[in-house]
Amino acid sequence: MTENTKMVTLIIDGKKVEVPHGTSIMNAAELLGIKVPRLCYHPKLSVEGACRVCIVEVKGARNFIASCATPVAEGMEVTTTSPEIRQARRDIVELILDNHPKDCQTCERDGNCELQRLAYAMGVRNRYFEGEKKNYEKDLSGAAVVRDPNKCILCQRCVRVCEEVQGVTCLSQAHRGFKTVVMPAFDLPFAESVCTGCGQCINVCPTAAFLEKDSTKQVWKALADPELTVIAQFAPSVRAAIGEGFGLPPGRNMQGEVITALKLVGCDIVFDTTFGADLTIVEEANEFVQRLTKGGTLPMITSCSAAWMKYVEQFHPTILDHISTCKSPMSMVSAMTKSFYAQKQNIDPAKIFNLAVMCCTAKKYEAARPEMCDEHGRPYTDTVITTREFVWMLKSLGIDLPNLEKSEPDPVLGFATGAADIFGATGGVMEAALRTAYEIVTGETLIDINFNAVRGMKGIKEANVNVSGTEVKVAVAHGLGNARQLMRQVEDGTSPYHFIEIMGCPGGCIGGGGQPYAGTNVMPLDQNMLEARARALYNIDEHKVLRKSHENPYVQRLYKEFLGKPLSEVSHKYLHTHYKQHFPVGI
Amino acid sequence: MSDTYTITPEIEAFIEECKGKEFSKSYLIAVLHKIQAKYGFLPNNLMEEVAIRMEIPTSKVYGVATFYHMFTLVPEGKHIVNICLGTACYVKGAEQVLNSLKNSLKIDLNQTTEDGLFTLKATRCIGTCGLAPVVMVDEKVYSNVTPDDVPVIIAKYKNK
Repeated sequence: MTENTKMVTLIIDGKKVEVPHGTSIMNAAELLGIKVPRLCYHPKLSVEGACRVCIVEVKGARNFIASCATPVAEGMEVTTTSPEIRQARRDIVELILDNHPKDCQTCERDGNCELQRLAYAMGVRNRYFEGEKKNYEKDLSGAAVVRDPNKCILCQRCVRVCEEVQGVTCLSQAHRGFKTVVMPAFDLPFAESVCTGCGQCINVCPTAAFLEKDSTKQVWKALADPELTVIAQFAPSVRAAIGEGFGLPPGRNMQGEVITALKLVGCDIVFDTTFGADLTIVEEANEFVQRLTKGGTLPMITSCSAAWMKYVEQFHPTILDHISTCKSPMSMVSAMTKSFYAQKQNIDPAKIFNLAVMCCTAKKYEAARPEMCDEHGRPYTDTVITTREFVWMLKSLGIDLPNLEKSEPDPVLGFATGAADIFGATGGVMEAALRTAYEIVTGETLIDINFNAVRGMKGIKEANVNVSGTEVKVAVAHGLGNARQLMRQVEDGTSPYHFIEIMGCPGGCIGGGGQPYAGTNVMPLDQNMLEARARALYNIDEHKVLRKSHENPYVQRLYKEFLGKPLSEVSHKYLHTHYKQHFPVGI
Repeated sequence: MSDTYTITPEIEAFIEECKGKEFSKSYLIAVLHKIQAKYGFLPNNLMEEVAIRMEIPTSKVYGVATFYHMFTLVPEGKHIVNICLGTACYVKGAEQVLNSLKNSLKIDLNQTTEDGLFTLKATRCIGTCGLAPVVMVDEKVYSNVTPDDVPVIIAKYKNK
């Protein structure tokens, strides 16, 4: 430990700097305001040293060395800015570009590409190297994520996030040298791999080697079809992040503008997924209370996160009876749209096109699951587009989201309490469920409804809640790697908890794989960015009068007119699902 | 098909032994070697089996198996035909011999004939430059090979 706290003094570009032992040259230079150009480096992931862009000169060293991967040493003299280094870095970037397509203008990441920005910053204005280019098939098999190896620059960020943050390790590099490709085991298509569709590889990829499966064409087609009633819904986290796609800082609540935009695009009805969140909570809290008081399987584990569902079915198939049978808010809204709402409005469900705008890539997979289809095998949710795809659609129409007027969602399936808005942040589902479960069990009004212990960006959070004399132990994890730790306990029977919330992505849905690309000066997975988005959701909650899901008058009306009571037979038909083991086995 | 390739009791014992050691996952290569020694290649189902038993993600096992040249993922022929392309053999006409091999076997380098009898490989110097050009079939070395000798050599193994 003393080693770690030891300070080291070195000189970078003639300036003396003192940093803790073990600091990399790159991070030491940053303290002096020198941001060494870089590409494969990511502050939340292990150091790879793959791209060599961050090279610096160290006095006495034979070669330029990668500053991300080299720790400082006492008395080290570092130069980061000589003409030779500038040239060498530029050569490296040019060599990377040499094996990269020249299709920037038609690339999905045009304008958001780290390689493009770096090449510009390095002053690359010509392509001097013209060597052999790799030429592989795109993998379009996955319902959520597609892979284009030709755009890959082998920085390994996707491999690292998949392994280190998500614990899925679907991706690894295979083969060697020029033939190295990042791929799932046995070069299997994504659809047959352990990929959970979380989309974090898309977020961290500096180029467009990973993208969500494009669903915008189906949406344009549906919007142009006069026969169809297009009913849109959008996730809580979309409102907290979509502004970033239009240059706003993270954490602006754009709910009203998104509704206006969906109407402008041509959607007939705009509901809000938050209504489904309230409905989910009423069902899930009742399910939990039933398990708790009638001796059901505990801990109960939440089921809203689509990537988490696929993960648990592949990686922890022995504990599927712990998972709440509740569908996700999106799937609940879609099912209610094509049943309750269709009946009420006398619309043929086959003529309804349910469009869901989600912060999530895995929701595309969820929507296509056979369990999420009606008795005729038709999906309740017709198409899922990500926040990013929605941004593209709006830009293609010249719709400037930040300058739109605000609108209210359409009634019946649009109104939500504050408990629903916080669904998007890690801990939000737990907090919302506790607010309702407490009142079901005790029959009393919960006065202090803020469960601060389950808020925040800590990987695993836990809390004890006193429910009329009974200690209810809860835990919250976000990011599948964190989830794995809690699941191991459940598997070997040592889990001390009664109720666990899992969100597949870091930060919860706000950090979803379908959210706008991080801005120019922000790295994906950035904690400040995630916290700002989460804060937007907690702010919405705090400013609402109704903050408990079971107090939603429209949810109450839905039960009265259609569902009967929570966990009723009708509820089970439309709002609940089941799980089964998926292959290949996750390790 | 996949039942053909199984983790034998010996390989199983070896995996268990490795799992008890420090840095147990670093024994992956050794385990893969055992499998290749047994079956001549690494069948997918066994790579997956090793992944599960050693608790190493399958993508990583596949990454290791494809990185190292000494592992092969396709079954090899009953006979391995190795042609030396080292300097001495090359200047003595190994290229023509190689072309003759390709024609006779109707395969390219590193491929296996449809009947599963032959796999054609190239090697660098095998230390018998005085006999150049040389072709090795399994363990037997053929010296001073000419393109015309090739069909005769191949025929010997076809009837075996």
